Parts: sequence; structure tokens; C-alpha cells
Amino acid sequence: MDFAETTVSAHGLEARVWRAGSGPKLAYFAGFAGLPKWTAGMDALARHCEVSAISLPGFPGGGRWHLELDSLFEWSLAAHDLIGAAGCRGAALMGCSVGGALALEVAAIWPDSVSKLVLLAPFGLFDDANPPTDPWAQRGDKVDALMCETEGAYNALIERPGNADAVEWPIEMTRAREASARYLWPNSATHVEKRLGRIACPTLVLWGEKDRVQPPAYAETLRDGISGAVAVQTIAGAGHMAELDQPEAVAAAVGAFLGG
Amino acid sequence: MKLMWFHLMPYTELPDDFRDNHPSVWVDIHSTLFKPERAHHMYNDFMDELEFAADMGFDAVCVNEHHSNGYGLMPSPNLIASSLARRTTDTALCVMGNSIALYNPPTRVAEEFAMLDCISGGRLIAGFPVGSPMDTCFAFGQNPSTLRQRYMEAHDLIVKAWTEQDTFAFNGRFNQQRYVNIWPRPIQRPHPPVWVPGGGSVETWRWCAEMDYVYCYLSYYGYKAGLQTMKGFWEEMKRIGKDMNPYRAGFLQFVGVGETEQEAYDLYKEAAEYFYGRCLHVDPRFANPPGYTTEATQRAGVESQVGRAAREQKTNIAVSKNAREYDAILDNGYIIVGTPDQVAERLREVAKELHVGHLMLLLQFGNMSKQLTQYNTRLFAQKVMPQIRDLFDDEWEDHWWPTPLADADRAKVAATNTLAAE
Repeated sequence: MDFAETTVSAHGLEARVWRAGSGPKLAYFAGFAGLPKWTAGMDALARHCEVSAISLPGFPGGGRWHLELDSLFEWSLAAHDLIGAAGCRGAALMGCSVGGALALEVAAIWPDSVSKLVLLAPFGLFDDANPPTDPWAQRGDKVDALMCETEGAYNALIERPGNADAVEWPIEMTRAREASARYLWPNSATHVEKRLGRIACPTLVLWGEKDRVQPPAYAETLRDGISGAVAVQTIAGAGHMAELDQPEAVAAAVGAFLGG
Repeated sequence: MKLMWFHLMPYTELPDDFRDNHPSVWVDIHSTLFKPERAHHMYNDFMDELEFAADMGFDAVCVNEHHSNGYGLMPSPNLIASSLARRTTDTALCVMGNSIALYNPPTRVAEEFAMLDCISGGRLIAGFPVGSPMDTCFAFGQNPSTLRQRYMEAHDLIVKAWTEQDTFAFNGRFNQQRYVNIWPRPIQRPHPPVWVPGGGSVETWRWCAEMDYVYCYLSYYGYKAGLQTMKGFWEEMKRIGKDMNPYRAGFLQFVGVGETEQEAYDLYKEAAEYFYGRCLHVDPRFANPPGYTTEATQRAGVESQVGRAAREQKTNIAVSKNAREYDAILDNGYIIVGTPDQVAERLREVAKELHVGHLMLLLQFGNMSKQLTQYNTRLFAQKVMPQIRDLFDDEWEDHWWPTPLADADRAKVAATNTLAAE
């Protein structure tokens, strides 16, 4: 599917926005590694809505503005401002994995700016008895199996396209991991549980049934804490990055939620 | 040249199956391997060895900082240095160093180093490492993306705390203090010499030159592997117009001395294989958190891989960094082992070739006993040191060495050490 690329700016930040599809508006924060290339999952989403994939600072398309952000509040503000710059203020918001942590913050701090919230295995929670896996302390050859149920799905996301610079591409992939570490290091806990009650919009929580990074049981914490109506749906045959493992199932769930 | 005696303080009783049955010597090394009652003896042996080295005439004794580490039992090297300040008299105390980004506020480092400088009468060398990823990002939870920014800010705060006479406010990006006013103040003016251990990044070399700090390359892989890095350092000094004073640099080298070649070979085999087999068994998942390595260094690394491989193939200078068998350890130059004359000759070559005026020597490594460590130290002091100490001194002055109080102004400390008389 064709998608349009624009660059938006907000208070000194610039970000790439990839937009495709028609229907209800959905602002989208990608997961671990960001969105280095357009994927089948984005195509699937675009069949259900007008999706605007906003590159967060430091992630592919997000420049090096992560180096200017020193706190979760500054990250949240940047995410909020970029949603506005992308023309998605008041629209639905979807956040996956590390992007989900910032979607949670935006929805909690500025509840009027999000009409509906979709969370796909978001970072941010930490249960001592059932902790998340440390995604930054991994050998490179182990990350694919950690992130996805489908062998090679994560590697395909970060694999260098033939026309990309051989030196800069791996640096850009490392930068994406650095960006997520910058606001989630060392244990990915944002203590968002203290703010969940501020989220009043309808919320869909999706989780890969075989997520080996963020425990699926955390969905219950979100359901219990968020004050708006929360639906929890498990994605069968999917790991942490269910949008790569089961793009159609994820998109169908999102489409039904947005259209309902 | 300056000959400096360096201790890592390795836990000496890691099990034989450590490499096979334990994932890492660092970060998540299991607590059950640590026996406090045995560590009591290790610490006291290690401190005896440092005091012995001071008594044997080494120019400095060196300690460093590691966390959650089976080969480095000094989370706080300042504690050891404090004891050494009282138990030695004229030897420089090189704390190599405090990972300054870890302390909140870093004013703590300014205070403790000032205490050490006062107690020792101005003998402190203040080392400012960024710290390894294992120590800083994993064991201490510091953010790899902000670590270097915090390091630079911590440096600025510490130096200002040492030198600013009036109470000042520090409004940094990561540290805010309304009142900075350290008591005590360092004896050395404007402050103790600052030495910076680092990898091979051009940014670090330039910064050391700009700040007039000593750059130290502290590798466990010896002079052969260090050659390219030190050549790069000196080329950069030349390029930016600095003099070639060898005291701008420090270098670490393992050494084992014996009366005969065979004795030397036999004496250090077990300790060498213990160190390179068990102590460097680090889980690679802790080696490179995202953001720890700057993009400039990543870029330089990627771009130079092809060229480096070609050069190494052409010149046959490739040095393996994973040798664990004794002969390979020696062949690769990780450890220089031999008679006093052989060691002296080799070290003279190394110092000249790498052009380093500060040679940091690991004469204790792995599971070496106190007895063997002191044997090695004594042989070195008595038979190697006299052969190489004069190097560089007819041509260069060491501007980066501590300037202690005159003897007459120093406290009469009952530094006791009977070991050297044995």
C-alpha cells in the first residue's frame, strides 16, 4: 500500500510521519527498534483506519533529538507535541512495546488529547514477582527469538535494505535501542500505575500470548487501573511484537475497536 | 620513567568449572561463590602486597573501581587508598579511579579525593574513568545514553569544587546543588593530577590533551594489542601540536619475573590461565548497552574493520583477544614472562615503542598467592627496575606527577611494614 511521508516539527523537534489509509484517525507509536521500514502490519492497519506513524526522537525518522531529552516528563511532552504536530490531537492513539510506555503517559497526563487508546504489550510496568525481560542486555543473535514468535520476523524489520548505507544503517538501529533505553533504563519501570486512573478513554489492551519480554499478566494491571472501559485481547501465535507475528489479527482487533 | 604497581584484587578462589557452569564473572556472578571469611584473608593479603610494593620502591601503588565483579574486589578503591595513605610514606597513590558519573552528587568524589590528598600529604593521582558498561550501566543501573554527558558534567563539578574558593551554586543538567563548598580541600594546587583511562577514541585523546590530563590505556591484552592504540594517540598529539612527552600517557602490562627462564615460565602458568580463563569470562550480553559507545566510535569501528583486517593480514600483526592457554597468552604478549634481564629488555622496548612514561605493572594477577606476588615484586624491584628506571628522564619532565608536601611539613605517620625486611 502507498503511504505518504511528511516531516512535522514541534517546539524544536522534528519527526517523520508516515501516513496511509482512510477512516478513523489513529496516531501510532512503533515498538522496539521503531519503524525503520514500512511493514505488512502497517498495511494491515491502514485497511482499517487512517494511520499516522509518528517517529519518536532517536527512533528511525526521529533524528537525534533523544539526546536533548533527560526525563520521562520531557519524553512525554515531546510525544504529546508531536501528536499535535501530526494533526492527531484528539484522535485515537496506539502505542506498541516501548512506544506504548509513552502512549500511556500521554493518555494519563493529557487525557483530553486521546479519544481512544490502544496498547500493544506496553512497557512501563514492573512486578518484582514477574519482572519483564531486560531487552537491552541481550546478545544480538538472541533478540529475534526474544521479540517474536515467528523466526526471522524481527530480523526482517531491522535488516538493511539494499539501498541503505552500510555504515549508517546499523548505527541507526543501535540509536533506536538507545532511544528506548534513554527513557526506560534500567528496568523499564515508569511507575505509570500511579497515573493509570487518569486515563478515562476507552482502551484496548492487546498482548501476544507468548510474549517473552513483557508478561501478559500485566494486562490485568492495566485493566484494573485505567478508569475508562478496558477490553483485553490476547493475540494467539504471537510474541512481544505481535504486530510482526500476526499483523492481520492485530489490525482486525484495532479496526473493530476504532469502528465500534 | 615511572613504574607503578597496580592491583585489581581478584577473588582468587573461583571454582575450576567456573567457565563452564557460570555465565559471567561480572554483573550476575553468583553470591554463593563469595566466601566472606576467605575474602577477609584475600583483602589483607592484597593490602600487604600493595604495602610491600611501596616499600620495594615502586613510584606508585594503583587501585581501581569495579562492581559486581569476580576479578575486582574494590567497589570503593578509596577505602584501600585511605589505608595506604597511612601505611606508606613517599609512594604516590594512584586511584584509577572513581567512575565519576555514578555518584550523586559527584561532589562526593571531590570530597573523598580531597581527603585522600590531605591524609597522604599530597600524593594522590585522581583517576576519572567513564567506567565499563558492566560496572556503570548494569551493576549500577546508570543510563548508557546519558552516561557520557553525566561524566562530563561530573568532571566540571568536581574540578570546580576543588578550585573555586567561594561557595557556589551548580545548576547542571543532571546535578543541582545550591551550595557547593567542600571541606576538606586538596593539598595539591590547583588540584591533584587527573588521569583518564580510556579506550581508543579520538575524542578522549583530544580532551585529555586539551585539559592537560594523562591518557591511560588499560588493556588486559598487553603491548602487542596496545601498539595500534598508542600509535593513534601519539599521531593525534602530533596532529594537534602537542609535544611528545611520554608522560602524557600510561599503559598497563602484566609481568612475571623468575630467576631463570624456565622458572618464570613455570611460576606464572596457573595464575595466567586463571585470569584469562575465569576472570575475563564475561557474558557478552553485558558488553555493549545501546548508547554506551558513541556514534563516532561506532562509525570509526565499522569503517576501519575492512581496512584493519587487510592491514593485519598484510603485516601479520593481528593479536587474538581470546587466548586462554598459557603459550598463546605469552605469544600474544598479554603477559611478559622471563628472567630479570629478559623482562627489562622487553619492557624497555615496549616503553620506547609505545612511548609511555607511566608503566602500570600487574605483578599480581589471577590467583597468585601473596608469596609468589611478593617474589615477583621483589625480583622486579631489585633486578628489573634499576635497568629501566632512567628511561626518558634525560629528555622529559613528568608534569603530571603528584607534588606532595616537603618532608619537613609532613605528619610523622607510623607507616609500618616489616615485610620488605624479610
